[in-house]
Amino acid sequence: MNLLVDAFAWIFDPAHQAGANGIPTRLVQHLGISLLVLVVASAIAIPVGYLIGHTGKGRTLAVSLTGGFRSLPTLGLLIILALWLGVGLEAPLIALIVLAVPPILAGAYSGFEAVDRRTIDAARAVGMTEWQIVSKVEVPLGLPLLIGGLRSGTLQIIATATLADYVGAGGLGHFIFVGQKSNDYPQMLAGSLLVIALALLSEGIFALLQKLVVPRGVVANQNTDVRTSSPRRVAVVGSPTEERK
Amino acid sequence: MIEFRQVSKRFPDGTLAVEDFSLVIPSRKTTVFVGSSGCGKTTILRMINRMIDRTAGSIEIDGEDIVGLDRVKLRRRIGYVMQNSGLLPHRKVVDNVATVPLLNGVPKREAHARALELLDTVGLDRALANRYPSQLSGGQQQRVGVARGLAADPNILLMDEPFGAVDPLVRAELQHELIRLQRELDKTVVFVTHDIDEAFLLGDQVVILQKGGVIVQKGSPTEILTAPANEFVADFIGATKGKRALHIDRRDGRDVVLDSEGRAAGVLVEGSAGTGEEVPT
Repeated sequence: MNLLVDAFAWIFDPAHQAGANGIPTRLVQHLGISLLVLVVASAIAIPVGYLIGHTGKGRTLAVSLTGGFRSLPTLGLLIILALWLGVGLEAPLIALIVLAVPPILAGAYSGFEAVDRRTIDAARAVGMTEWQIVSKVEVPLGLPLLIGGLRSGTLQIIATATLADYVGAGGLGHFIFVGQKSNDYPQMLAGSLLVIALALLSEGIFALLQKLVVPRGVVANQNTDVRTSSPRRVAVVGSPTEERK
Repeated sequence: MIEFRQVSKRFPDGTLAVEDFSLVIPSRKTTVFVGSSGCGKTTILRMINRMIDRTAGSIEIDGEDIVGLDRVKLRRRIGYVMQNSGLLPHRKVVDNVATVPLLNGVPKREAHARALELLDTVGLDRALANRYPSQLSGGQQQRVGVARGLAADPNILLMDEPFGAVDPLVRAELQHELIRLQRELDKTVVFVTHDIDEAFLLGDQVVILQKGGVIVQKGSPTEILTAPANEFVADFIGATKGKRALHIDRRDGRDVVLDSEGRAAGVLVEGSAGTGEEVPT
């Protein structure tokens, strides 16, 4: 318990609020890395996922390929990449992109696959071009699942971006690695708490976003009425007038 | 007029769904394809708007081979109504109805005004225009589907078992609405069903199909009823049993019509068909 109190004290210590190793600087670095990875991973995964979802082709290949890459331990991959590319931002970026692509890809294609085939057939039959089917039917209807993929991808990026500082790329990992080297456990815990807070924040934002992007007609039929009486019917034998005889 | 000349369709997996199919579908009449599942009736229907491409033969609309036409343009000038309405769940009713005009670049205001008129045409309250499809009943969704099919004012309306998934009462209602609509709008309707009663009710020309798109018999409902081409047709339309084989029995001074089981189906009245007037005997 003491350790936790110490960790919070560490976070709110004015000495840790400024400078190259201050919390704000490290937080911004962490967010910057995460955002960059999210953008690049999305730029790769969303078009590919949409292509797979629309054509229904290449799914097995994409799934096994990205799944295979994903099973690589990120720390190991990071070190190999760092040995090859040197210390800096490139190695952690690539390692994190490899981590983030599979959930986003899965969100993109499963969003398309979840659209009722008959809806797409009807859209084609009334004279939509393939591009219009994608943009006017599949993208809006697949959005909730895509956001779900982005949500889980972002969570993993934020958590794992902690490793970036292992090869000197900055971020909140700094506190953890420094704390470990100097047996400064409050600092290590403080670093973890900050990463956790960031992850929870992103979860919150995506949860909200997911609610907002569900197409209105799709939720329109969901029953939002709160039951005021028990759904169970009272057993009645005979007609109501005979009931209490 | 739609003309099929020796049309065949072989799917990539080798199944021959339709073989050597020839037929003339007259303009401004309702032609009904009827047959059991897998007889190729839907395949034939979907070849008209090139949702399926034929592998042999030719299909002409008003003398123009559809192979030379752009698929998307062709589909936009042919109305299409399907069994599950096929409405876009994320768009309001009014936007669904206006889909094709909007695709064709008609200004939104104009397309919406026309969509509202179409809701009147198919017997829907304009108040439903701002609802989403999932908020409508099955029968209402089908009406919206018909309105969407009519939105671009096509000459041809393709209907693929449009009333197959609604309950019998609503189905009967929709069938009579379609008869009324057809009287008003005068479209070339091509209708697919497996229900022979529906076929006889709606069709000017009824085409009975067997596996492979083989035409067993075609003609008006009266022609088919009075002279079934073979035992298959007689069996399919139930000519020898139930309510199709009626006989007259005189009871209490009136002509009572009985079915094959001897149950009363109705009473013979004088007066011409369609007037609905009863003449006292």
